[in-house]
Amino acid sequence: MQAQLIANDIACRRGERLLFKGLSLGCAPGDALQVTGSNGVGKSSLIRILAGLLKPFSGEVSTTGAMGLIDETLALDANQPLGKALAFWERIDGCRDPSRALEVLQLEELLDVPVRFLSTGQKKRAAFARLLNRNCPIWLLDEPLNGLDTQAQKSVESLVALHCSGGGIAVVASHQAMALPDAETLAIEDFAA
Amino acid sequence: MSPALALLRRDLGLLMPGGTQGGVLPLLFFLAVAMLYPFAVGPDAQLLARTGGGVIWVAALLAAILPLEKLVAGDVENGTFDQLHLRGISEELAMAIRLAAHWLAFAPLLLVATLPAAALLGLSGETTRTVLLGLLAGTPGLAAVGLMVAALTAAMRGGAALAGLMVIPLAVPILIFGAGALARPDESAILLTAAISLVLVAIAPFAAGAAIRASREN
Repeated sequence: MQAQLIANDIACRRGERLLFKGLSLGCAPGDALQVTGSNGVGKSSLIRILAGLLKPFSGEVSTTGAMGLIDETLALDANQPLGKALAFWERIDGCRDPSRALEVLQLEELLDVPVRFLSTGQKKRAAFARLLNRNCPIWLLDEPLNGLDTQAQKSVESLVALHCSGGGIAVVASHQAMALPDAETLAIEDFAA
Repeated sequence: MSPALALLRRDLGLLMPGGTQGGVLPLLFFLAVAMLYPFAVGPDAQLLARTGGGVIWVAALLAAILPLEKLVAGDVENGTFDQLHLRGISEELAMAIRLAAHWLAFAPLLLVATLPAAALLGLSGETTRTVLLGLLAGTPGLAAVGLMVAALTAAMRGGAALAGLMVIPLAVPILIFGAGALARPDESAILLTAAISLVLVAIAPFAAGAAIRASREN
């Protein structure tokens, strides 16, 4: 079964405010979609709706294929060494060989460091290592470039490009411009309620 | 290793004494109450033997409140439950596993600590046995109440103090029957305690799971 991600006429309400309505999107294997918009228009909410963590106020989302999410939370125990914290998710995801992801993201030397001592950028790279080890076709990325230096930003951009050229789907919500080949752009402001 | 086993292993690693969140503090607190009580009421052996079982029950209930602060809130905050949800592990399953880990990390050691506490209060062997059986029947219910309340208050600021207050009324039925067993010669009160525990354990994963899902809407 080929991966796909379809949202049909969804609206999002947070509290008393309707953030957007009438938003539809469809992603087939190989598609990259960049979601743009200023702060507070609902980029993160859209990502969480696509991930199934938030219910849309109306409309529906249907997905085929496993999803991986990177957002502002880390989901790694702050007191554990990085290697041990990542190993938990490797066991959950059934990943046998995490070494390639650790090498790509240059995390090998940090495995003994407790997660709470990692810098913002190092934490983001750890989140990407978990995403790579999950080996899933749909990537949902919420502000993936936050806290990364120029070099790490480049390698994240090439990871996403590689993922899409291998038949994966990526939805990226970011206020920073991200160099993605053949990416379509979805401006949430167009759907503002 | 199946995901559920991996999750149980992680939760136990965190919650057990020596884990990153676990501590022996609740146990020391429990023993401290048993130690202080004779100082407070005086060295009347008969009075201590008659009231000591109830004191152990109250101490156990209060000690059960201490670990609640970190039981669920940390994983709600750092998105662990979100990541588990994406992997098809429902909040209910995650909570059932957390309940098992919480009980295992807390109850067996409490039962062991009951022996020195009973000695400090001068309880007879018969009374000690009744207290142990009652705690064995009642602690799963205490763990279930604690988990539900911890999940409900996880997304709130200052939820821990509120959690403590919310647990106490919900734990009263367990306390009444569990400690009530001390006053009866038969085991009917212990069986009732076990029945209450079973109901609470059956409800807890669903109530706590719904609470975690609801906390995402904030």
